[in-house]
Amino acid sequence: MRMAYTEDDLKKELETKEYEYGFYTDIESETFPVGLNEDIVRAISLKKEEPQWMTDWRLEAFRVWKEMKEPEWANVRYEKPDFQAISYYSAPNKKPKYESLDEVDPELLDTFKKLGISLDEQKKLAGVAVDIVMDSVSVATTFKETLAEKGIIFCSISEAIQKHPELVKKYIGSVVPQKDNFYAALNSAVFSDGSFCYIPKGVRCPMELSTYFRINQAGTGQFERTLVVADKGSYVSYLEGCTAPSRDENQLHAAVVELIALDDAEIKYSTVQNWYPGNAEGKGGVYNFVTKRGLCETRAKISWTQVETGSAVTWKYPSCILKGDNSVGEFYSIAVTNNYQQADTGTKMVHLGKNTKSTIISKGISAGKSQNSYRGLVQINSRASNARNFSQCDSLLMGNECGAHTFPYIEAKNKTAQIEHEATTSKIGEDQIFYCNQRGIDTEKAIALIVNGFSKEVLNKLPMEFAVEAQKLLEISLEGSVG
Amino acid sequence: MDLKDKLVSSFMAFEETVDMDSSVHDIRSEAIKIFEEKGFPSKKDEAWKYTSLNAILKHDYSIFPKKEDAIEFKDVKKYFIHDLDSYKIVFIDGQYSSHLSETTHDKIDVCLMSSALTNEKYKAVIDNYFNKVAPKDGLSSLNTAFSREGAYIHIRKNTLADKPIQVIHFSTGNESSQMLQPRNLIVVDENSHVQIIERHQSLTDNPVLTNTVTEIFADKRAIVDYYKIQNDNLNASLIDNTFIQQLTQSLVSVHTFVFGGKLIRNNLNFYQLGEGINSVLNGVTIIEGKQHVDHNTLVHHTQPNCESHQDYKGIFDEKAVGVFNGKIIVNKEAQKTNAFQSNNNILLDDKASINSKPQLEIFADDVKCSHGCTIGQLDENALFYMRTRGIGDKEARALLMYAFANNVLDTVKIPQLKQRINKLIANKLNVNLGFDL
Repeated sequence: MRMAYTEDDLKKELETKEYEYGFYTDIESETFPVGLNEDIVRAISLKKEEPQWMTDWRLEAFRVWKEMKEPEWANVRYEKPDFQAISYYSAPNKKPKYESLDEVDPELLDTFKKLGISLDEQKKLAGVAVDIVMDSVSVATTFKETLAEKGIIFCSISEAIQKHPELVKKYIGSVVPQKDNFYAALNSAVFSDGSFCYIPKGVRCPMELSTYFRINQAGTGQFERTLVVADKGSYVSYLEGCTAPSRDENQLHAAVVELIALDDAEIKYSTVQNWYPGNAEGKGGVYNFVTKRGLCETRAKISWTQVETGSAVTWKYPSCILKGDNSVGEFYSIAVTNNYQQADTGTKMVHLGKNTKSTIISKGISAGKSQNSYRGLVQINSRASNARNFSQCDSLLMGNECGAHTFPYIEAKNKTAQIEHEATTSKIGEDQIFYCNQRGIDTEKAIALIVNGFSKEVLNKLPMEFAVEAQKLLEISLEGSVG
Repeated sequence: MDLKDKLVSSFMAFEETVDMDSSVHDIRSEAIKIFEEKGFPSKKDEAWKYTSLNAILKHDYSIFPKKEDAIEFKDVKKYFIHDLDSYKIVFIDGQYSSHLSETTHDKIDVCLMSSALTNEKYKAVIDNYFNKVAPKDGLSSLNTAFSREGAYIHIRKNTLADKPIQVIHFSTGNESSQMLQPRNLIVVDENSHVQIIERHQSLTDNPVLTNTVTEIFADKRAIVDYYKIQNDNLNASLIDNTFIQQLTQSLVSVHTFVFGGKLIRNNLNFYQLGEGINSVLNGVTIIEGKQHVDHNTLVHHTQPNCESHQDYKGIFDEKAVGVFNGKIIVNKEAQKTNAFQSNNNILLDDKASINSKPQLEIFADDVKCSHGCTIGQLDENALFYMRTRGIGDKEARALLMYAFANNVLDTVKIPQLKQRINKLIANKLNVNLGFDL
């Protein structure tokens, strides 16, 4: 008879499970010397043939950054990266502009095949346009023509700086100013590439837009900059997914994402993050210090959905500034930590306009020796009458060496505010497993069922195409527990 | 000279007035050094993010109490729960008032800190417990350095305190402004039970700052009910630091009722050091004007099979500011912990504000922990319902507020006290409902 599969077995399995996607594509890259100074910032700007205002903007950010200190308030412990030991620019040498997949470097295609996100598959999936960022520079863009017909601009941010400077100039830094925080300032100074998306007035984007980010070159930090602008009455669903190859040294990822939803617009931003989390001893892994923020004008809506399974250290708070009256902000998150991973993630909902609503659903799953924190702010300002917030943070613990923490800040300055906040921490109940066993479901499947049910509220919010991948990534992080 | 310097330089003079040879001398000297180093907390400290002491520290407080001022019982009768048969420990401007007090040494010790600190008879208890659970932060250390007077309560093994104990601190306002630092020690031995009511009251409008430290030790299976009535006048500020250490199967409940005071900060800390412990923290806050009330709680679970229950209700009108910062820590050994925390608030005015920060830090997997926090208003439909039945607007609102606070009021186990609190609430809301709730 087979021994009963217990939570201990699962724990053991989780600990010994190696990172499946740890591989390395050997593409010749052009890499800058390590270190950071004004010359490097100028060189990056020059390399990208940027106009003078952009160079100045970067330099301004760099000067602010020099004066800033790394934030230490987060509930994470790590060795601080040496910012002078990082190369701030690397781009694949061959910089082809493909029209079809045949022209793409076969080595690259192979990489995507291993990731299970081959372009072939993507193309077949209903209308997904993929703008792949491989080490900072776009190498392939599909479905561009379809989008162009609608007047939608979807390109790399460097291209947008060249072709649509008026839009970039107007919106870049408008939600996340250069001096917002240490990592945002760093990103503003040295961002290598990223995506830009503009949806014109009244246009409903006919397909899910997605970008896959990968860290590929050893020793290069990646500084992505994403800017999504939804003009009045438009709608866009944007997907972002990441996997990174195995590395022993820590890699830094400090991205900035800015969303601007003008009157009546809606942006749905979904992320699956699966950077390399380090090995079972906690060695290596990506440092993920991301600033994500969206601005909602009147009746606009921004919805963040994230599945965080990777990274050694995560520091990430996708936020909504609900500036316009009747605007809506949503945040749905699953954060899974295992081994020595540390995650400090959550959201900020800043209610400025009247009748603004926000919803926060956060699910944390910790296993191994990991630490998982939820940190959130709900702020109702005195002018924000009839503001409404609902927050729920649930944590699931597996094993007694991990930790789950919640740090919610709730600040209300208006009497008509209605705020609810709930948090629970629990483990998989023995009675729940017993109930499943009774009905012929073995323990392994039962755990899968329960974890799946626990995360369902968030998984349901992901677009169909992404939900598949999210499931896949949950499987890697909590192998054997997701059926 | 700011208050910190003044306190530090007064320490020498203070030392000369108290017994230099006692073992407490070393504790005091160490404490003043810690205070000198750490000083008063500022808004930069995470735990003090929403509460600034600057406004209340700017007064030139007199630190040493003058001679006892004669107060007639009839003048202060209303501050006692006089229909309750109880022991009383009364202080006037920090000095013990023998004619207002009623102490005992019969089976239980209900007496003075000053005699406990100097009398050889209490040495064993003082050595065992004094300053053993209070942490070495700036405010507690300041109190420790100047600790001289306060309530000393020791309930010996297998004893039921025969009646509740009232501890009342009056300040007369003879000084233009005064700082008081009472120090209380409460030791409840195995299988014993005690009920304590604490109150701070100033009798004039002169500014008063009270920085009090209370240490409570609950031995195995002890039961402690502690009630704090904070209904001082609007120039009096209070920093209440309470530290509670609990052993196996003990039950300690602390109820805090805040209606008055300018700035009130309650640092309420529970340390559970055994199994099967239950800790209960309840609070009702009803404030208005420019009042500021900050509840900062900590429950630290270190052993398995323990419980904690927190329930704080707040009603904030006009420009009042409410802060709730509740932290629950569950160590990895503390399996099967049940920790619950709830913080409900009603805002009655757009200028009022509430900052709530319920935190959980959990390192054990087999636990049930939850916290809930709500901020809302009185239900217009419920108000309308009552208005249609002939209940006046003010009364209808008061009824709803009573209902809101009621499950906390229900936990008060002394009927006379409950009645008194109901009266205080009725006064605060300026209504007469004509019946007891």
